[in-house]
Amino acid sequence: MNFSSLLQQEVPVAWYLLLSAILFSLGVVGFLIKRNLITVFMSIELMLNAVNLSFVTFAHQWLHCDPLLSQACMLAQPHAVRGQIFVFFVMVVAAAEAAVGLAIIIAVFRTRATLAVDRIDLMKL
Amino acid sequence: MHLILFLIFAAFCLAGAANLLLQSHPINSALSLIVVMTSLAVLYLLLGAEFLAAAQIIVYAGAIMVLFVFVVMLLNAGREDRTRGSRAARAVGLPAVVAILAVLATIILRAQGLGGVALSQGITTTEELSRVLFSELLLPFEVTSVLILIAILGAVALARNDGERPAAK
Repeated sequence: MNFSSLLQQEVPVAWYLLLSAILFSLGVVGFLIKRNLITVFMSIELMLNAVNLSFVTFAHQWLHCDPLLSQACMLAQPHAVRGQIFVFFVMVVAAAEAAVGLAIIIAVFRTRATLAVDRIDLMKL
Repeated sequence: MHLILFLIFAAFCLAGAANLLLQSHPINSALSLIVVMTSLAVLYLLLGAEFLAAAQIIVYAGAIMVLFVFVVMLLNAGREDRTRGSRAARAVGLPAVVAILAVLATIILRAQGLGGVALSQGITTTEELSRVLFSELLLPFEVTSVLILIAILGAVALARNDGERPAAK
């Protein structure tokens, strides 16, 4: 295989989606088995990132469908950009969520002096 | 080239995510999450989303993870104790995760005509993105600023130290 053919090598879109699905599952597994409040929160961030990856993949899918096959494809150009903007909004919400969530973790730690999820089972002390 | 880059950074992603689960110290988990997020930024760039790749590094790998590491250090979070946890979560949750992953993988692999991604397909420039964001989607964009403001107020109100207030009455 020479260099130029290596440069042209395509990656199936399905692989990106599969990677996204695996990352999401790892996030769910982390959410279930981790016993530390902060690490559980990190698993949620991992799930958000996995979903973002599939959003970007589908946005790419809209942008680069074969124009010879469908005319509607070229008209759909703004949709591709909107798929990416959706990821932008997910990032904004995730940032807000991280700020509030970590503040809650600090408040929980202040009243209970522990981060183990097994010992945090009351809404109010 | 694309294939090689994809394989390398997908492997980084999966290794980072697996390491997040295996590490018992939160700071190690946070660092592996940074690896995952940075590798995802490269994958976004391969998919032609240049603005999102930059935002991923600045917002996620930068700001959010700094917040995480800061909280881990502030709370002096140590090694987590390996309790068995909920039996129901293990007995029902983990098989359910495997089932969901199997269903998703089956659907994705059986989908026809998904096509491929190549480096030559160009990128969505920040200009195209902002043209839509600041014209058609201006209202949602402005609403998020209110969301951020409320989040800041909430974070300050929650994490504020009330001094001598007794912890529990």
